[in-house]
Amino acid sequence: MGQIELKGVTKRFGDVEVIPPLDLMIDEGEFVVFVGPSGCGKSTLLRLIAGLEDVSGGHIEIDGADATDLPPAKRSLAMVFQSYALYPHMSVRKNIAFPLKMAKIDPAVAKEKVENAARVLNLGDYLERRPGQLSGGQRQRVAIGRAIVREPAAFLFDEPLSNLDAALRVNMRLEISELHQKLKTTMVYVTHDQVEAMTMADKIVVLRAGHIEQVGSPLELYRSPRNLFVAGFIGSPKMNFIEGAEAAKHDAHTIGIRPEHTLVSATEGRWKGKVTVSEHLGSDTFLHVETEHGLINVRGDGEVSLHAGDTAYLSPDESQLHRFDAQGMAI
Amino acid sequence: MARKVSNRRRVIMSIIAWVMAFLIFFPILWTIILSFKTEGDAIRAPLQVLTSGWTLESYHTVFERSNYFRHFMNSVVISFGSVFLALVIAIPAAWAMAFVPGKRTKDVLMWMLSTKMMPAVGVLVPIYLMFRDWGLLDTRIGLIIVLCLMNLPIVIWMLFTYFKEIPNDILEAARMDGATLGSEIIYVLTPMAIPGIASTLLLNVILAWNEAFWTLNLTAAKAAPLTAFIAAYSSPEGLFYAKLSAASTLAIAPILILGWFSQKQLVRGLTFGAVK
Repeated sequence: MGQIELKGVTKRFGDVEVIPPLDLMIDEGEFVVFVGPSGCGKSTLLRLIAGLEDVSGGHIEIDGADATDLPPAKRSLAMVFQSYALYPHMSVRKNIAFPLKMAKIDPAVAKEKVENAARVLNLGDYLERRPGQLSGGQRQRVAIGRAIVREPAAFLFDEPLSNLDAALRVNMRLEISELHQKLKTTMVYVTHDQVEAMTMADKIVVLRAGHIEQVGSPLELYRSPRNLFVAGFIGSPKMNFIEGAEAAKHDAHTIGIRPEHTLVSATEGRWKGKVTVSEHLGSDTFLHVETEHGLINVRGDGEVSLHAGDTAYLSPDESQLHRFDAQGMAI
Repeated sequence: MARKVSNRRRVIMSIIAWVMAFLIFFPILWTIILSFKTEGDAIRAPLQVLTSGWTLESYHTVFERSNYFRHFMNSVVISFGSVFLALVIAIPAAWAMAFVPGKRTKDVLMWMLSTKMMPAVGVLVPIYLMFRDWGLLDTRIGLIIVLCLMNLPIVIWMLFTYFKEIPNDILEAARMDGATLGSEIIYVLTPMAIPGIASTLLLNVILAWNEAFWTLNLTAAKAAPLTAFIAAYSSPEGLFYAKLSAASTLAIAPILILGWFSQKQLVRGLTFGAVK
């Protein structure tokens, strides 16, 4: 249960094609994250799977059956929205029970399911409250509870953590990952935050302008980005790119090196530069170094005693260099 | 930055506001005062009217001569009935316009509103003839239908404005949760829009209650509401000022009381969507 396949799916709004023909296979029980910059079509793609938007072409299959023309409720999918989308006039209990009421489930069975979901999500004490009386994190848990009780074939998450503060976001991220491990149900998760994508996903789908740029596990994307876009998008701080003579030495149009794969020294190294900004976090030190090849970001382990204005020498780890051709594709 | 207002300016503005409020309320106040006077006193110069004695004579006469409660019940049934019928039609219509707008939705809304700009007398003859042929003259159901149609554009506009404020995500969540279109409207949209529906209901009940053109032209006795009750006391010579005022006071009292208790809701309804 929970296999989703997109076959040549397209979406047009008027004359604008936001999703060109796209094929994708989401396997049963997988945690798949759609990631990409704003406007890349990731939310549209999720809404197409959900049935909230009609496809302009192609087919969507859920568990082998054609679901292209099925209404959202018949697709056996549950969705968690960015805005939580709770029913403000209903208590938490009624919010969670709503899908069961719509499915005409026996009230006694529904009550038990709601209480189970509330227990899993630590909402037991809040069942009689209205959404307006809950914090952001609690609201998001209610939204997840409403999705869980349906026992769907797959969960769809549309940037569910965007409205939460940073600390809560980390907690909820863990909770959703734990939930996935517990339920083992397919989850499709949309985010623009690549840290969320890297930490949660079994499989990441990187999108740009409706195109799939690369599909792979987080580490595959990190280690072997297919092109400049994926290389720049995955990893934080982002990869440094160098063109010209330095790249030509490696038989490439562009070379890329991640900040954590560049050694920094105050005395010796391959590229000389001047520190423009230094960020000391204790666990790491981020340096922005202006070199003859342009601005290069470096991450040093622990405390590195270099500050703005100091001279720094950088040495890339040759084994971690990424090479790209003139079209931006990895060599 | 808050705008600074001097005390003098504040006092002047307050006085102007009070004077304007008084001017608007004055006709009603004068009607109420006249209703407690004798016919003789009612036609005197204003100062003499105020200084003359007070009496309930006109009210006694009005209650003796006409069946106030029948007119009152007609008004209640016609005004609430027409607005309930309008709501049943307008809720799905406003839903469609707010959540599934088409290319011409704005034009349709404007066209609906434009029908309110047409003088009612322009369609009096055809409607009168239709009512005559269908046996709807002087019936409550006839007036419910005609007042429903007259107020429908305003009801749809008001509900449309309310519905536009409801996040689409919530309705989409209901769809994902398995709600059919009917369940979505009944269990999610309508309860969320209750404040808006309530103020739409109130405002349109007041409009229907005060409607005189259709109620006077399409009724005679059986279905005549309070507007016809007032009209029964008007005469070209103006000799029955006190009784006319008593009848008017009795006719407007219920709606005035309703308006007074629901003024918060009404103001919210009329200004909804002006500020987020």
